[in-house]
Amino acid sequence: MAVLVLADHDNSALSDATHKTVTAAKAFGGDIDILVAGKGAGDVAAAAAKIDGVRKVLHAEGDAYEKQLAEAMEALIVPLMSGYDALFSPATTMGKNVTPRIAAKLDVMQISDITGIEGTDTFERPIYAGNAMMTVKSSDAKKVVTVRGTAFDAAGEGGSASVETVDAPAGPFKSAFVEEKIVQSDRPELTSAKTIVSGGRALGSKEEFDRLMIPLADKLNAGIGASRAAVDAGYAPNDYQVGQTGKIVAPELYIAIGISGAIQHLAGMKDSKIIVAINKDEEAPIFQVADYGLVADLFTAVPELTEAL
Amino acid sequence: MKVLVPVKRVIDYNVKVRVKSDQSGVDLANVKMSMNPFDEISVEEAVRLKEKGAAEEVVVVSIGPQQAQETLRTALAMGADRGILIKTDDTVEPLAVAKILKGVVEAESPDLVILGKQAIDDDSNQTGQMLAALLDWPQGTFASEVVLEDGKAKVTREIDGGLQTLELQTPAIVTTDLRLNEPRYASLPNIMKAKKKPIDEKAPGDYGVDTAPRLSVVKVTEPPVREAGEKVEDVATLVSKLKAKGAI
Repeated sequence: MAVLVLADHDNSALSDATHKTVTAAKAFGGDIDILVAGKGAGDVAAAAAKIDGVRKVLHAEGDAYEKQLAEAMEALIVPLMSGYDALFSPATTMGKNVTPRIAAKLDVMQISDITGIEGTDTFERPIYAGNAMMTVKSSDAKKVVTVRGTAFDAAGEGGSASVETVDAPAGPFKSAFVEEKIVQSDRPELTSAKTIVSGGRALGSKEEFDRLMIPLADKLNAGIGASRAAVDAGYAPNDYQVGQTGKIVAPELYIAIGISGAIQHLAGMKDSKIIVAINKDEEAPIFQVADYGLVADLFTAVPELTEAL
Repeated sequence: MKVLVPVKRVIDYNVKVRVKSDQSGVDLANVKMSMNPFDEISVEEAVRLKEKGAAEEVVVVSIGPQQAQETLRTALAMGADRGILIKTDDTVEPLAVAKILKGVVEAESPDLVILGKQAIDDDSNQTGQMLAALLDWPQGTFASEVVLEDGKAKVTREIDGGLQTLELQTPAIVTTDLRLNEPRYASLPNIMKAKKKPIDEKAPGDYGVDTAPRLSVVKVTEPPVREAGEKVEDVATLVSKLKAKGAI
């Protein structure tokens, strides 16, 4: 058996999600190869070769792979799959975008966002915003899965796999990259942050969100998250959204500030190790999942907390 | 141009689902059902394209039981022109849905298919991408902005870290994200008018698609329940508790 793992990266560094996907692939079994498709991604291929338990790294270079456009990735990966029994991809926006396209071309059903593996054909995944866990058995010859990073530990270093160059179809493809607007941040990336402070609608404005959340995040060296309500109201960029349709996080410590705790938000954070809720409404559903709840006005409690740290 | 919008009937997003005690699935009996929220956004976007004069016709399609007709009526009341109901009482997986939709696309020849990025019941996030693959069309997934110009679709996508804009040749597939638009409510007169709009009834077999599932459900269980925690008096107590736990 052999598994191809799709690497998620920005052409200079490998994302943590890739290491977690390798751990899932190990639980599946067989030889593990990593595909690094990019532009000027030599360093990424070298980093992938150092992950423990990897047989080899396939390195594909081309303009269309710089942003890992789905149409180009399909042309590259589908032919490679003749040599593999499974494709494992992180459930990042890249993985979610590219992988189902490949599954359809292989005529197999994808199993999305797996949280557990019980053998070579049986997987566990959350449904209904994480309110039910479904175990499915796949009858397809090849398995195509995306992996929920929070459910698997990152694979360690210490490997010394070989790096092979593979030819990448150059196109033309039916899509072209125009531009990107990436949120500049020195903060820990949300999906791998150890601590997250997350703000909701109760913060009232972007100014208050920044005034209260940034110093607290700085003190804790935390990533900053937000509820959908806070994002929709313009207090925080979309990229901060935690929940069913945003990012799924599971840090050591998640501090929810002025967040009521709707089903869709809980879907994104209820696997955090310790949850703290600060909310003035003692009936807020967030208190049902919080390890420590403080019923208080956030406008006094948050500065006090920042001060006390 | 013509826009095709697939819509799905799902448990209403506000309902707290219950797992059946025999672990066979989620209890759907007597539960409020609605149009998948992402599909409302798709319908809204298609209707806006029509209002701008960029599209002549909006066709909505749903695959599901007879009651999925209500979901189609909702879309018609929002401004879609006609519906197609592909009737089946079986659970149809994204791959089979994509195959049926390919048949619908071949019959209807739309220039654009707008789907939701995911259904809030199975949370798969696959159908649009699979349809794009089967048709060999380009895809603009997780769209927060769509601009049509000179036979191209400029799609701004929500990606990890920010936003990305792509230019797609048409015909193309777009899947919608939450921030693409604010769906309208159907007004009473429009709900009445929608009753007169046509809905064609079809079956998966009409498109030659075998809907036998590739994934069999072994079990569906409740997620692990978090232990209820404690309320603390003040910030000082909170800090000392977190320190004791080694969390800060």
